Amino acid sequence: MSEASAIEATATSADASENPRGVWREARRALWLLSRSFSSVVGLVIVAIFLVLAILGPYIVPYPGASTGNVDMSSMLLPPSMEHWFGTDDMGNDIFSRVVIGTRISLQIGLTITLGAAVIGVPLGIFSGYLGGNVRRVIMAFTDLFLALPSLVLAIPIVTVLGPGVTNATIALAIVWWPGYVRLVDSKALSLSKEPFVEAARAMGASTLRIVFRYMLPNCTSPLIVKASLDMGAAILAAAGLGFIGLGAKAPSPEWGAMLSVARGYLPTWWWFAVFPGLAIYVSVLGFNLLGDGLRDIFDPRTTSQ
Amino acid sequence: MLVFYLLRRIGVLCTMLFGLLCITFVIANVAPGDPAALAAGPNANPSMIETIRQEYGLDKPLPEQFVTYVSDILRGNLGRSISTSEPVAQQVATALPNSVELVLFAMAFAVVVGISLGVLSAVCRDTVIDHAVRLFSVSGIALPMFWFGLLLQLVFAVGLGWLPVSGRLGLVTTPPEPITHLLIVDALLRGQWSTAWEAFTYLLMPAFVLSFPTLASICRLTRAEMIETLSSDYVLGARAQGLGNYSIRIRHALRNAMLPVLAVIGLYYGWTLGGTALVETVFDWPGLGLLAVNSALMSDFKPVMAVTLIIGFNVMLANFIVDIAYAVLDPRLRRA
Repeated sequence: MSEASAIEATATSADASENPRGVWREARRALWLLSRSFSSVVGLVIVAIFLVLAILGPYIVPYPGASTGNVDMSSMLLPPSMEHWFGTDDMGNDIFSRVVIGTRISLQIGLTITLGAAVIGVPLGIFSGYLGGNVRRVIMAFTDLFLALPSLVLAIPIVTVLGPGVTNATIALAIVWWPGYVRLVDSKALSLSKEPFVEAARAMGASTLRIVFRYMLPNCTSPLIVKASLDMGAAILAAAGLGFIGLGAKAPSPEWGAMLSVARGYLPTWWWFAVFPGLAIYVSVLGFNLLGDGLRDIFDPRTTSQ
Repeated sequence: MLVFYLLRRIGVLCTMLFGLLCITFVIANVAPGDPAALAAGPNANPSMIETIRQEYGLDKPLPEQFVTYVSDILRGNLGRSISTSEPVAQQVATALPNSVELVLFAMAFAVVVGISLGVLSAVCRDTVIDHAVRLFSVSGIALPMFWFGLLLQLVFAVGLGWLPVSGRLGLVTTPPEPITHLLIVDALLRGQWSTAWEAFTYLLMPAFVLSFPTLASICRLTRAEMIETLSSDYVLGARAQGLGNYSIRIRHALRNAMLPVLAVIGLYYGWTLGGTALVETVFDWPGLGLLAVNSALMSDFKPVMAVTLIIGFNVMLANFIVDIAYAVLDPRLRRA
C-alpha cells in the first residue's frame, strides 16, 4: 500500500469512528462511485431485492402455507400459470412461494458461514500479522494447509461425522471457510503494523489488544467487506450444493438446493420444478459477486476488474 | 539454486501431507460422537460397536491410534466400507481413474478455452466481444454446477437427443480390457474406436460443466493480466521496434501474462476436484465424488475419509508441481 493511500485510509477510519456525519459522507461517496458502474448497480439491485424478500418473503407470498409441508394432491405438478407463476411441486405446493420463502434460509446460511469464518479468521489473521515471528509461522502453516483443501472435500467428511442437516452443513462450511480471512487480514495487518500511527500507539503504552482491535482492525474493514460480499455468494452456492447432494437442508424445507435435489427426480417432464429454484441460486450468487466486484473497484482502485 | 528450492518445496510438501493426515484423524476421532459407533454405521448394535472398537484399536490412547492410522495408510490399508463391505482401497482404485479422466479433460478444456477467451477479450477491449466474454465469465463463477448440469441434460440429452443423459458407458457396451484404467485411452489402445467415441460422448457434458467455474476464472484472470501487460513499457518498446500485432500479443505479452495464471492453476485443479462431488452426482459418474457422496449419505465413514485424503494429496502434489514449474520459468522465485 502506498503511503498516501495508507494515510488516507487512516484519516478515513478516524473520521468514520469519531464523526457520524463522516460515516454518512463515506457511505454516500461509496454509493456514488458504485453507481458509476453498470454491473455494480445490477449487483446492488439484485442483492437489495433478495434482502427485501428475505425479510418480507413469508408475509407477501401468494401461498404462505407452501413451505410447511402441506400436501395438496389436487394441484400436484401444475405447469407455470397466472395462478402459480413457477408452477407447483410434487406436494402440490406453489413453487414461487417456496422459492421466495427459501430466500431467508439461503441468505441466513450464507451470512452465518461468512460471519463464522470471519470470526475465526480475522483475529487469527490480525494477530499473525501484528505479532509476526513464530506465531505468524504457525498460524500461516495451518492456514495454508486448510487453504490447499477444496472446501467441499473437507466439508463432506465433517457433515458425515456430525450427521446431515442444515445446521451441521452450515457449521461444516464455516469450519472450512476461515483460511481466506486469515490470509487477507494477515497481509494487511503486516503492512499496518509498520505504520507510524501503530508505532505511536505502542509508544504511548497501548496494550496489544487495544492496538489490534482499536487501531488496526478498523483499517482492515474495506477489504473485509469486499471479501464478505464475494463470500456470501460462494457460501450460498456451497450450502445449496450440500443441500442438493442430500447432506444439507432436507425437504420439505424450501431451501433451494434441497428443492433441486427433489426436483431432479421429476425431470424432464416437470422441468419447472428444477428450473426456478436453480435460477434463484444463480441470480442471488450473481448479485453478491457483482456487488463484491464493484466494491473492490471502489476500495482498491489498483485492481480494476474492468 | 534450483536444487535447494526443490528440496525446500519437498520439505513443505511432506509437512502439508502430515498435516492432512492430522486433519482427517482429528475429524474422525476427536469430533463429537463415538468413532467406533461411526465406523460401525447407523444400524449397529452395542456389541458390534464394541467389536469394532477392539478390532480398530479405538480403545487405545489417541497417539497410539494415530501411529496405527498413519502406518495403515502408508501400507495402502484404508479400511473396509460398512455399506458394501468391500475394502475401501479397492473402491477408490475403481473410482479414481474415472475421476482422473473427468478432471483432466475438464482442466484441459478450461485452460485452453479460458486463456483463449481471456486473450481475445483483452485484445478486443471494450468491444461487443469483450462485453460478451466478461458477462460469460462473471456468470460462470455464479452458476450452480449441479443446476447447470441438469439444464444441459434437459436440452442436449432429453430434448435434442445428441448426448447420453448420464453414466460412464452404455449398458450394452463392453468396456475394453484395462491397460491404464482410463476408459477412453484403453479403448483407443485396444483399437475399439466406437467404444472410445461412446465413452467420449458420455464424458462431454460432465467435463464441460465441471470446467465451467475454472474456465470463467481463468478467462477473467488472463484478461486482467493481458490488459496490464499490453500497457507495459516493454510492449510499447516492441511496438516502437515495429513488431507486428501477433508477435507483440502472443510472443511478448502472453508469455508474461501467463505466469500469474500458471500460479493459480494448482488452486483451480483443487476446485475442479472439489466440484466432482456435485457433477458426478448429477451425471451419475462413477468417480471419487460420487463415492464420497453416496458413502456420506449412508454414514459410511471410511470411504469418505479416503476420498478426502486422496483429493487432498492430489491437490498438494499439483501445487508442488506448479511451484516447481513456476521456479523453472521464473528464476527470480528460486531466490525467494
